Amino acid sequence: MCTTCGCGGDGARIEGHHYGDHHHDHAHGHDHAHDGRTIQLELDILAKNNAYAAENRGFFADRGILALNLVSSPGSGKTALLVRTIEMLGGRLKSFVIEGDQQTSNDADRIRATGASAVQINTGKGCHLDAHMVGHALETLAPSEGSVVFIENVGNLVCPAAFDLGEAHKVAILSVTEGEDKPLKYPDMFAASDLVLLNKTDLLPHLDFDVAETIANARKVNPSVKALQVSARTGEGMEAWIGWLTAARGMALAGHPLGTAAE
Amino acid sequence: MHEMSICENILDVLKEQARAQNFGTVKRVSLEIGPLAGVEIEALKFGFDVVMRNSLADGAALDIIETQARATCLDCGASAAIAERYDPCQQCGSHNLKVTSGEEMRIKELEVN
Repeated sequence: MCTTCGCGGDGARIEGHHYGDHHHDHAHGHDHAHDGRTIQLELDILAKNNAYAAENRGFFADRGILALNLVSSPGSGKTALLVRTIEMLGGRLKSFVIEGDQQTSNDADRIRATGASAVQINTGKGCHLDAHMVGHALETLAPSEGSVVFIENVGNLVCPAAFDLGEAHKVAILSVTEGEDKPLKYPDMFAASDLVLLNKTDLLPHLDFDVAETIANARKVNPSVKALQVSARTGEGMEAWIGWLTAARGMALAGHPLGTAAE
Repeated sequence: MHEMSICENILDVLKEQARAQNFGTVKRVSLEIGPLAGVEIEALKFGFDVVMRNSLADGAALDIIETQARATCLDCGASAAIAERYDPCQQCGSHNLKVTSGEEMRIKELEVN
């Protein structure tokens, strides 16, 4: 069993995290001398996840780290975009990556090839990362002060919307080979995101994809969402994304000693 | 399909509450779920029975109160019920809406022994 919080590790596997014996719950036949009673709770079902998310947020704030939660459907080019982003940030800003996938460490391997540290979380049957898994991944990853932590969520436009991981922003990545109506089909994710990256724009000449309509659809569910067009392959538009990232980092550093030092 | 993990979260809360409030079994769980919470009610009911099996809430009844989603228009100020996030303002047609309710996912009440 994990010594920090008693988690049994029966499901998700986090690289570098040590599990012991599984924790089993048995239905003991305790006799309690109470009559039936009603308890008013009014408690958020995800209160536990939200408490772990708050811990992660504190971890990031203490270290002046910008944490981003990257969400998309499978195949949107998240990992390629991340590799290009890390290369562009290069010596300017140190990047750390938490990779979420149901199986394999292929994505973490791709990230490590850039020289950045990465920890792979395999969620097993799980369809999303939760704040508890991310907290453990941070113990292994040990990101340095003033760095950027990219959390690449499981490719899924539904479930990750509900789970706060302690990030500063959710960034939704949508490729132009998907439909213009995706923001309407999966409104919760686009409502929860602060930025939409429209990826693979180098393919636009070969497609009947309407960029303006897609952005208009995203704004129907989230009037204040920002949208940028990028191609991780050609690098087109990537400077604007790096600009957004740099500004977000400035926000993350506000009030932190590193923020004043950087001025 | 995160309804299963939502049920696991509910079970965690029940176990914690059983310790804190000193009860042994749960007979009924009342939830309040908003239409914009991203929860499929039928899948939640199915997951609930499966996850609660052999726990302190084995066989517990599940009541789900479905709340209404409402939004305020930031352009004209009207407040109205919405069915989907992308619904326009009924008064002026604007999409510049702020959701004011409908995202709740709460355990409202427990009946315990």
